[in-house]
Amino acid sequence: MILSYFSRVASTAAMAILLAGGFSIRPVYAQVDLSGNWGAMFDEDFPERIPGPELGDYLGLPITDANRLRADSWSSSRITMPEQQCRVHVSPYIYRGPTNLRIWEEKDPETQALVAIHNYSQTYEQNRTIWMDGRPHPPDYALHTWMGFSTGKWEGDVLTVYTTHIKTGWVRRNGLVEDDRATLTEHFIRHGDILTHVSIVSDPGYLSEPLIKSQDFQLNLYYNGNWLYPCEAVDEVVGRKEGEVPNYLPGKNPFLTEYEKNHPMVPYDAARGGAETMYPEYRKKIKAMMAAQAAAEKK
Amino acid sequence: MNRKVLQIAAPAALGLLLLVGRIAAQTGLAAAESHGEENADFSKAVIHVLPVRGPIYMLVGDGANITLQAGKQGELLVNTGFDKMSDKLIATMKKYSDRPLQYIINTNFYADGTNGNDLIRLAGTTITGANVTADISDSRQGAQILAQDNVVAHMSAPTGEKAPTPEGAWPTDTYIGKEKTLFFNGEGIEIIHQPNALTDGDSLVFFRRSDVISAGDIFNTDGYPVIDVAKGGTIEGTVLALTHIVEMAIVEHEEEGGTLVIPGHGHLCDQAEVVEYRDMVAIVRDRVKDAIKRGLTLQQTKAEKLTSDYDPTYGHNSYWTPDQFIEAAYNSLKK
Repeated sequence: MILSYFSRVASTAAMAILLAGGFSIRPVYAQVDLSGNWGAMFDEDFPERIPGPELGDYLGLPITDANRLRADSWSSSRITMPEQQCRVHVSPYIYRGPTNLRIWEEKDPETQALVAIHNYSQTYEQNRTIWMDGRPHPPDYALHTWMGFSTGKWEGDVLTVYTTHIKTGWVRRNGLVEDDRATLTEHFIRHGDILTHVSIVSDPGYLSEPLIKSQDFQLNLYYNGNWLYPCEAVDEVVGRKEGEVPNYLPGKNPFLTEYEKNHPMVPYDAARGGAETMYPEYRKKIKAMMAAQAAAEKK
Repeated sequence: MNRKVLQIAAPAALGLLLLVGRIAAQTGLAAAESHGEENADFSKAVIHVLPVRGPIYMLVGDGANITLQAGKQGELLVNTGFDKMSDKLIATMKKYSDRPLQYIINTNFYADGTNGNDLIRLAGTTITGANVTADISDSRQGAQILAQDNVVAHMSAPTGEKAPTPEGAWPTDTYIGKEKTLFFNGEGIEIIHQPNALTDGDSLVFFRRSDVISAGDIFNTDGYPVIDVAKGGTIEGTVLALTHIVEMAIVEHEEEGGTLVIPGHGHLCDQAEVVEYRDMVAIVRDRVKDAIKRGLTLQQTKAEKLTSDYDPTYGHNSYWTPDQFIEAAYNSLKK
């Protein structure tokens, strides 16, 4: 009796699981199909994405002192150099771009097992392969690329991806970087026609805590859009000396105060960023800083 | 250049160079030039082979990266690593060609690239013509070792003095112009002098058909450039050498792929990493120049921690610290 009772409970539970899955018995290796053409939703964090971040705005980013100095020394003239003009946004950053994103699956023709999930990003025409077949990551001495080497696994209906071998690239395109030892963990979560992409960047040298961001994409059934990104490097500055690299000496960047002037509600210290500035509690500190500043101005 | 001729005709300048060399050794440069690996335990070290493109392979042991070109004519190495790894290197090379090693190219005199010369050379052979073979009885013994002419000066000594390296490790053939060229295993190979970069005798090796540059220690992904000012090295020359690699490299698509670059240490690269590294060296150069302009002493310049933004990437080696890099930059710019 007892066994029979447990057997009924077990079969009911199994049915419930099947019902939750829409009566379909899904293979364990591909819970959700992410395939399709997806369009970026630019209104999320718009100022950083389309106009682009302002110089000296490091607010809300868990950067180290090293990263802050690196960005303070960065001159936007650097991207006039031919070898910098077509420099790609690395995989932890490119999903924030004005990108059309295509996702498709690669199946083993004999077994139909999922071998890889491919991403094509219109920004910089980047192809990315997320290996789903359990292969290991290459050794440290292998080539690094803009997109890195990615492996994925399904965690329920969430695709979780781990990426190594990424070239040095932006944390924010105003000079903040992650270096070539950074790693990226991502979660791709589909809710019908909306795809949420969550990225977690770890870089012990340039981030004091992991940097977590999310962005959404809308499934695009009709719009064919632009899928190309031709980029040809040219000489933009005549007479630049060989070996000259535009940069600002420490403490000499005249543009670092622009952000403060344009955004008087953000104190300078807050704009300098750091892990503390990521958390809601920091708003209290900003209020206190603003109050102190106002009091000082009254005097 | 024949080794016997070198022994006889030792120029007076060598004496001066050796004196300067001894001073440099006292400051820890010798350890840096072997990347701190001269006393390492290599017994458990393994040589990993990374196919790069066509006949080119990157060999990764516990020392510097070694470039192997293997083909129908035989084998060619760029640098030889440490002698304690030579047996393993020879065993590895045998897997890639039935023909013998013919050429070793040294990108400079640093121990992590030349220490294995003597043992590795003897595993190879030199192909010579009739009159040469007739004149010089030992001309077929061992592979040729090619390098820029100043490399010999830094590895050898005037007659009667003890040389810093054994005679068998010295280059057997040197060049004094802008470059030396070879055609081997179906491709043109350029050995290109980079004046006053890390030393006065640095070379890049460009495999033209494979489109691969073996950069030697001019370019690393895991440390600052080891500039030996006493041996003619300068930070300005290092920036120019790195810029030269950037200019030689042709990218395939969106600043990626195309020409591949094998660094002295670290992972396989393309142009993008060289740009990153060149920019870093140039930015530190500008900061040190400014410190000198402001009248700062070396100690004051070191105290400013001018590499602190790049130390997470390049500053973690005990054998060549950020301070040593700043000192080399300062001294070369002060000259």
